[in-house]
Amino acid sequence: MTAPELDLAGQVVELVRRLAGPDAQAEAVVTRSDLALTRFANSFVHQNVAESTVGVRLRLHVDGRTAAGSGSLVTADGLRALVERTLAAARLCPPDPGWPGLSPPAPVAAGAAVDEATAYAEPDERAARVRAFVDAVGGLEAAGYCRTSYRSGAFANSAGHSAHGRTAEAAMDGIARTGGSDGVARRCADRLADLDGADLGARAAAKARAAAEPVELPPGRYEVVFEPAAVADLLQNLSWFGFNGKRYAERQSFAEPGRAQFDRSVTLVDDPLHGSGLPYDLEGTARRELTLVDAGVTRAVAHDRRSAAGVGASSTGHASPGGATFGPIPHNIRLLAPSVAGGAPDGGTVAGGGAPPATSVAGLAGVAGAVADADTAALVAGVRRGLLVSDLWYTRVLDPKSLVVTGLTRNGVWLVEDGAVTRAVRDLRFTESYPRALGPGAVLGLGRRAVRQPDRVDGVWWEAPPLRLASWNFTGGASG
Amino acid sequence: MTEFDAATAAVQAALDAGARYADARVMHRRYESMSARNGEIEELAQDESIGLGVRALVGSSWGFHAVPDLSDAAARDAGRRAARTAAASARVPGPAVDLVPTGAATASWASPCTVDPLGVPLSSKGDLLVGATRTMAEHGADVAEGLYQVWDTAKWFVSSEGHRIDQRIRECGGGISATSIGDGETQRRSYPSYRGQYGTSGWELVDSLDLAAHAARIAEESRALLTAPLCPAGETDLILGGEQLALQIHESVGHAIELDRILGWEAAFAGTSWLDLAQLGSLRYGSDLMNVTIDPTIPGALGSFGYDDEGSPAVRRDAVREGRWVGVLAGRDSAAVAGLDYGGSVRADGWARLPMVRMTNVGLEPGPHTLEEIIAATDDGVLMDVNRSWSIDDKRLNFQFGCEIGWEVRKGRRGRMLRNPTYTGIGPLFWRSMDMLSSEVVAWGTPNCGKGQPGQIGHTGHPAAPARFRNVRVGVRA
Repeated sequence: MTAPELDLAGQVVELVRRLAGPDAQAEAVVTRSDLALTRFANSFVHQNVAESTVGVRLRLHVDGRTAAGSGSLVTADGLRALVERTLAAARLCPPDPGWPGLSPPAPVAAGAAVDEATAYAEPDERAARVRAFVDAVGGLEAAGYCRTSYRSGAFANSAGHSAHGRTAEAAMDGIARTGGSDGVARRCADRLADLDGADLGARAAAKARAAAEPVELPPGRYEVVFEPAAVADLLQNLSWFGFNGKRYAERQSFAEPGRAQFDRSVTLVDDPLHGSGLPYDLEGTARRELTLVDAGVTRAVAHDRRSAAGVGASSTGHASPGGATFGPIPHNIRLLAPSVAGGAPDGGTVAGGGAPPATSVAGLAGVAGAVADADTAALVAGVRRGLLVSDLWYTRVLDPKSLVVTGLTRNGVWLVEDGAVTRAVRDLRFTESYPRALGPGAVLGLGRRAVRQPDRVDGVWWEAPPLRLASWNFTGGASG
Repeated sequence: MTEFDAATAAVQAALDAGARYADARVMHRRYESMSARNGEIEELAQDESIGLGVRALVGSSWGFHAVPDLSDAAARDAGRRAARTAAASARVPGPAVDLVPTGAATASWASPCTVDPLGVPLSSKGDLLVGATRTMAEHGADVAEGLYQVWDTAKWFVSSEGHRIDQRIRECGGGISATSIGDGETQRRSYPSYRGQYGTSGWELVDSLDLAAHAARIAEESRALLTAPLCPAGETDLILGGEQLALQIHESVGHAIELDRILGWEAAFAGTSWLDLAQLGSLRYGSDLMNVTIDPTIPGALGSFGYDDEGSPAVRRDAVREGRWVGVLAGRDSAAVAGLDYGGSVRADGWARLPMVRMTNVGLEPGPHTLEEIIAATDDGVLMDVNRSWSIDDKRLNFQFGCEIGWEVRKGRRGRMLRNPTYTGIGPLFWRSMDMLSSEVVAWGTPNCGKGQPGQIGHTGHPAAPARFRNVRVGVRA
């Protein structure tokens, strides 16, 4: 059976051919989405939303000129209006000498199987997980969300290439609050069934209690252990500003393929099909694994067809909405745990709630609950004096080329002395160059189990184990 | 079936399914943006989106559902689904929900617009960006960028209390940026601000910016910044240009006075606020020069409207009066929780998003000085302008901002250009240190305010003028 989205995409391409002639180049993407998010604060559900949407994107190249259009109307009149206004726009645009041409016909493998229970999850199922989270925080205040998403889409172009696919994802992100401290637990998974609200709530509550009565530390350079939520921020900023093929071509990126820019323990792979995801990008190119950094050596940056053509490379399957302006950006980076990078059998990914419970490591460090798992405990054990950081917040780039970023810690910081967590610390501001902090010799250890962290948009995630760094530049305390 | 018919059907279906209150918004939005780079058009995007979002209150629990279909069947189904989602919310119930009265209105409103921005030929708009970016490239910029954006939104609002309001809001704006790339760092200069200036206005706003006239200057400044001395580190008197002060207001006042944040409703994501409702009316927020209003009635400002997305009419209110905190940005339900009698600041980013507390136009009233008077009165300080980076904690207290450009100020005169200027502080301490404020107010538009889950992008306005702050820490770097 042909996917209905593929029929629609084909209709759009055919309409372009009828209205603009056989020489017009056109590509169409149709995506239907069912997104739902149950949000809670002060330990009750205060916002609960769902949307069913459809979107059509058309890009065409006519008489040497290019334009793009999109819309939510998929009636015959709506599609015709979209094609007509995009054609009109193209004719008024200046010539586009950098047009990279359409993706040629090529097979696009199907993505991972979709979990139907996640795709069609009911509001009650999300609310049940919220109920479990709230119950598990044991009288603390709880806030966060449980999200499910389903997308079904197709691509077609006038060169005869087509692709289609489906994807589903679930995520839960919550904090527990004592009144003076917060603790966080956050997971992304292919199946809603893999999200355990009670486990996440218990983890967040343990962290929040451990973060109570924080002291203020003076700013300065500290050794740090970043938990996966904090590491996700490193991956996101490296992705946007470093492994972005357009910024690389313009010399605005730090990336220098072939050079050992990172510690040899760092291997970064953009791996969109490691989780559920549509198997093609906005230009119809098959999405696939791309090694960005291999044992510390920068290997690649991401490309769409236009950025690739500019540097004589091939698209890596990273065309996305807005890419002409922002550039092609990896959205599914994994920092490989050492056992995965080395092929040992005991490493792996925690995509859902399968990590060891917080209580299993109670007592491994001085402040009960601060260290949520044995993986983090092993890194903390090696720190003579430093900080354990749960999460980073409001990170913004001061300079994109050196990737100097400022931001704050959030949801728990602790002082580590002689391998033990000794006390909670108030949030700190930092100003740091991310590539420099991860540079050769700067990484003192990685955990063995990677945890998938959701982003603000479904389909975007970052997967990492906890990470120990030799130095992090804290430039301000809670008092300024 | 009209848009009002679809909204009415959705509301009725929600009521029939058990809701005690429901409202629905039909929105039809046309969007257009064009960007140019180094003298060539980079991207032209046009979008048209139509749909309906319905909100249902069952007991004390909310539900929301949105669909891209205005048929009677689809609208009714959306209403039923919203009520069903609200019923699911009751598995984790909260306190009783009330809505402060707003008065049922039947009304139409449109923003002022002299030149329809979607009616201006694409070729003209393209020529503007191509010309400006070509000039910047010719004057030394390695990356010369230009951008305009246009939103034309029609919306129809119906509630179970009898509201029936239609509005048409046209917004547009644009700007240019020049980036020069050196060894290991980049320097950027923008005009009139990084993403440009925006308003609820026609294309006359973009015409008034005269982008081409500023292209050569900012390109040359970006190149000169590569070799300019670093902004010194330490405490000094800081003079902020109006554009940067607009962002300072946005981050350290606008978000802090959002009632949903104060009540903890955004605790897990956007964060809370350092403000405590018990101190509303008495808390010293800033110096006596600090008078901040919440004013969605300013003609042409980006946060202006006739009615918010709960049907509350646009009303001007004080947020800070002579340095004292006196008002909040509120919605009908959050106001009821807080014991206040006004909402009026709730908006949704399109038909598929839940209305939530958002800034309207939050800005400073004029002060008694001019920028030149402020510089002349400063013996030793730094002048910074045009934002480059911004970061603030989840309580809206601890901030660090970077600007594109700085200048030494010595003995009442503007001196050398400084690169990588940054400053940091704690919100109320910073505002209490403001001792000079200019009368040269501009209502800056911010078209990229992120908030909410799922994410929403808000359009806000911030009247601001140059001002001086005493003993501020500057020059923070890695």
